[in-house]
Amino acid sequence: MEASLYFLQQVINGLTIGSTYALIAIGYTMVYGIIGMINFAHGEIYMISTYVVFIVIAGLSMLGIDSTVFLMAAALLVAVIVASAHAFAVERVAYRPVRGSKRLIALISAIGMSIFLQNYILLAQGSRDKAIASLIPGGWQFGGDGFAVNLSYMQVIIFAVTLLSMTVLALFISRSRLGRACRACSQDRGMANLLGINTDLIISMTFVIGAALAAVAGLLLGMYYGVVNPYIGFLAGLKAFTAAVLGGIGSIPGAVLGGLILGVAEALTGAYLSTEYNDVVSFGLLILILLFRPWGILGKPEVEKI
Amino acid sequence: MADTPLLSVRELSMRFGGLLAVDRVSMDVAPCEVVSIIGPNGAGKTTVFNCISGFYRPTGGEVIFEGKPMHRLPGFKIARAGMVRTFQNVRLFKEMTVIENLLVAQHMQAERNLLKGLFLTRGFRRREAELMDRAAHWLERVGLIEFANREAGNLAYGQQRRLEIARCMVTQPKLLMLDEPAAGLNPNETRDLDRLIVQLKEEEGITVLLIEHDMSLVMGISDRIYVVNQGQPLANGTPEQVRRNPEVIKAYLGEE
Repeated sequence: MEASLYFLQQVINGLTIGSTYALIAIGYTMVYGIIGMINFAHGEIYMISTYVVFIVIAGLSMLGIDSTVFLMAAALLVAVIVASAHAFAVERVAYRPVRGSKRLIALISAIGMSIFLQNYILLAQGSRDKAIASLIPGGWQFGGDGFAVNLSYMQVIIFAVTLLSMTVLALFISRSRLGRACRACSQDRGMANLLGINTDLIISMTFVIGAALAAVAGLLLGMYYGVVNPYIGFLAGLKAFTAAVLGGIGSIPGAVLGGLILGVAEALTGAYLSTEYNDVVSFGLLILILLFRPWGILGKPEVEKI
Repeated sequence: MADTPLLSVRELSMRFGGLLAVDRVSMDVAPCEVVSIIGPNGAGKTTVFNCISGFYRPTGGEVIFEGKPMHRLPGFKIARAGMVRTFQNVRLFKEMTVIENLLVAQHMQAERNLLKGLFLTRGFRRREAELMDRAAHWLERVGLIEFANREAGNLAYGQQRRLEIARCMVTQPKLLMLDEPAAGLNPNETRDLDRLIVQLKEEEGITVLLIEHDMSLVMGISDRIYVVNQGQPLANGTPEQVRRNPEVIKAYLGEE
């Protein structure tokens, strides 16, 4: 009984982290789906939005505002706007000019952008950890005598917000005109363009959607961990990238599934082995999937046509 | 030839590094004409198409459509101006349904104000219904209405080709450019295609520019034919004139 409650606790923790990985992973997978490049600067967009969350919450609190709902809403709104603006600018400046050239060039440009963004925050904000006020303390406890399972309110909020964001995204992609155009572009960009779809606009929109979801993750993880520094984007980006590859890069449901699996795998490793092995397990998973199923769990293998 | 051409191509050239794939090709297409481009394999016919439709940016010359220069515009603006095309190979959005393929092609006619789509205003719904009606109309025309909700990639080859033409037509083009539409079709399907093109011209007033190897199709439906060989214009005229032209015969059959 105690053992299974302990296990349940790890699964809850894993799903919490995993759902935020999924939010970030969607940005990778959508961009890959539409222009076939890995946007390695995406993790930095998440990091920047976490800073925005920190600044907005700290600033408004100083002004004497203490309504949690208002603080969160304001932080989210500003973070989404700032993250979207950054992603839009990054695509315009660093990716669009090299879009026609070889894949490697776009990749190097992305890595350069990632280094640039990290250092630009480092200069502006310093390298020390900043603490984000914990706005939503407490939670529920249930379970037996030996071990009680903790489900914090913040975790519930993370699940709820993630679920809501995914639902909105799924409806947008499957039902709306822009979503339809987005799918058409990811299947055949050249043809979509010749049918009158402004593909550059659709690509910009894809970057903006990815950034907005990363900003949601920035708010949630920022409040969950309560700390931000300029380096968090690197690891979060790699983890989300792993999640995207695990699920099948280019597939949105795949990114979600990959994020959840990765989160749970990490939580279980931390609980039963040692938290020091977390990254070993996640990147070990990445290597295994690349070796044995490079198209991921829900992706489709690319068929070479002769 | 009518006095004002719908499409006027002037000295069009396309160079890929050291290779001059298209060398000063000129042509005029009048409204409501069916004009074919023929030539041996590798003559540069498809490259001409690619330059006209904005898939490539030509390295020289001009493309004038309804009096407006097109050769510097991106493909989507050329499509919005009223020129749409198909490719030699089928390029449907294979993972979307048949009806979605036709709806997405009408994206350009959808509301300019993107935000309107987010709120289900009456105007938005009316437009959406219009798009749906037009899509259904063309599915009926090409005989695919019962497959509306099928994934496009699951259709038979001949059906996919017809769907491509329908997808062009829902954009309400003035000029339809077909690159080897009969390739891979059986004789029956080719006959249907022949009839469809004639109907488009006669009933819809569509101008058609065609690349085709099936000579019976070309000779049967073309008002005029342009012949290109090794990137250069070789001859043009009515099917009868082209058929008798010794240069054309030489290019096709080789010299002894």
